[in-house]
Amino acid sequence: MKVLGLHLGLLALLAVLGMILPAYHQGNLSRIMVLATYAVGYNVMFGYTGLLSLGHAMFFGAGMYGLGLAMQHGGVGAVPAFGIGLVSAAVLSAVVAVLALRTIGVAFMIVTLMFSQAAFLSALYFGEWTRGDEGFVLAQQIRRVGEVDLSNPVTRYYAALLLFSVALLLTMRMTQVRFGHVLVAVRENEERTRMLGYSVWSHKFWAVVISGTISGAAGAAYALLFGYVGASFVSVPYSIFPLLWVLLGGAGTTIGPFVGTLFMFYLIDYLSGLTTAYMLVVGIVLVLLTLFARAGLMGEIRKRWVPWLP
Amino acid sequence: MAAVTILETKGLHREFGGLTAVDRVDFTMTQGEVHALIGPNGAGKSTFVGMVSGRIWASGGRVIFDGQDITARPAHARIRMGMAYTFQITAIYARLSLFENIALALGERSRPRVQEALDHVGLTERMDEIAGDLSYGHQRLLEIAMGVAQAPRLLILDEPTQGLAESEIEGFNALIRRLAGETSILLIEHNMNVVMALADRITVLDTGRILATGAPDEIHADPHVQEAYLGTG
Repeated sequence: MKVLGLHLGLLALLAVLGMILPAYHQGNLSRIMVLATYAVGYNVMFGYTGLLSLGHAMFFGAGMYGLGLAMQHGGVGAVPAFGIGLVSAAVLSAVVAVLALRTIGVAFMIVTLMFSQAAFLSALYFGEWTRGDEGFVLAQQIRRVGEVDLSNPVTRYYAALLLFSVALLLTMRMTQVRFGHVLVAVRENEERTRMLGYSVWSHKFWAVVISGTISGAAGAAYALLFGYVGASFVSVPYSIFPLLWVLLGGAGTTIGPFVGTLFMFYLIDYLSGLTTAYMLVVGIVLVLLTLFARAGLMGEIRKRWVPWLP
Repeated sequence: MAAVTILETKGLHREFGGLTAVDRVDFTMTQGEVHALIGPNGAGKSTFVGMVSGRIWASGGRVIFDGQDITARPAHARIRMGMAYTFQITAIYARLSLFENIALALGERSRPRVQEALDHVGLTERMDEIAGDLSYGHQRLLEIAMGVAQAPRLLILDEPTQGLAESEIEGFNALIRRLAGETSILLIEHNMNVVMALADRITVLDTGRILATGAPDEIHADPHVQEAYLGTG
């Protein structure tokens, strides 16, 4: 009960903030909620199942291009295009899961990285449609659902909140059912889990598909809400970002991905106003965190004060 | 008593790069018996039970459990058919609570049932502690409790008493006696006192082959076994 209360409380707080924040921060928070959804997806695989992927940008990109290309070249409406984005990400993650899960550990990281690079290069190769690095803009008049204009800052904020709510509540629920418990078991001791009669492979497979699909939903929403589709979102940094956000916020905590994304976004926002070497400071913060708060912000809070945190 | 065969292997065989670890072993176990598997280090005991449980693929031969040929089935499917397996090197979820450990073994999160499982090994009081904080002996007992919690028809224990104190071994023996009759137990064990106290039958393995099978007193008297393993004491 208190778990559900905490999550609904956070979402209610975000809903209220949407009404009272100044335009600049409202815009930031819209972006943070979409990126946090990406981190929530990443966390399903990394935080709960213990699978470290270095190629999640391909899933984000599958959602983004699935929606973007359908709208731009197919003339498809926003809602069915979002569905196409989801299906693209789900299919890609299923294929990657089947191939990459034949490996473990470092090999798994490298295989995911390579697949993601292949996705990035494909986005460049098919430049005729994707316009490669330069990308393309989704016109304001097609970014709408019925009468609702998704480029409007207020509707955009609440659309981002809706997306984030679904992802957050989905992972919260996951931690309460057997599937989620078995994912944690796989993370903690794979061989033991197998020898308790659980199929390790099928649990990992579904973890990758769920993770990839949530990430793809974030990518599709990003294109739809901010109106831009470009290959930089499939590049290596966009595979590393969710890892950093999740590490910062707390891997294997439901709220950690949001906290990490929020913290990092505003840290960069603040520092880039002070110095051009802001990434150096970000690096130092990350080093300090891994030295002194290895479980991430929410992970440390759980360890020290709130053991029931999911 | 009409003996029902719970486990049978036919010509079960395993090679590791030209080295024969288990050499065409024919083995049977009847329902409800406590069967001890003994033999010197490297005799192939762990490889043998690994093939029975599905952790290790057989190079040849068959495994028949409860009348079904399970040779091609993966480990998790065999466990679901009613096997349980405890590792030679303790395998628990060290960062999770005892409750979580047992709940995962049970497949349900019922506190009374977890409590019941922990009662078998006297760890009930520590249900909410982190498993990795237990002493080594208690961790082994937790793993045994996880095996028992699965309510298996065949419980495979790979050197369960290694690292247990004398008093804990007493408790372990009592637990196995309570389970015997209903649960069939395949026990790899080096401690001959435990073997003699518990086993209905003993199989001696040496260099991958069965040297002898029989009741404890027969095995104890067998000159080949004495030569290979028991010593003359």
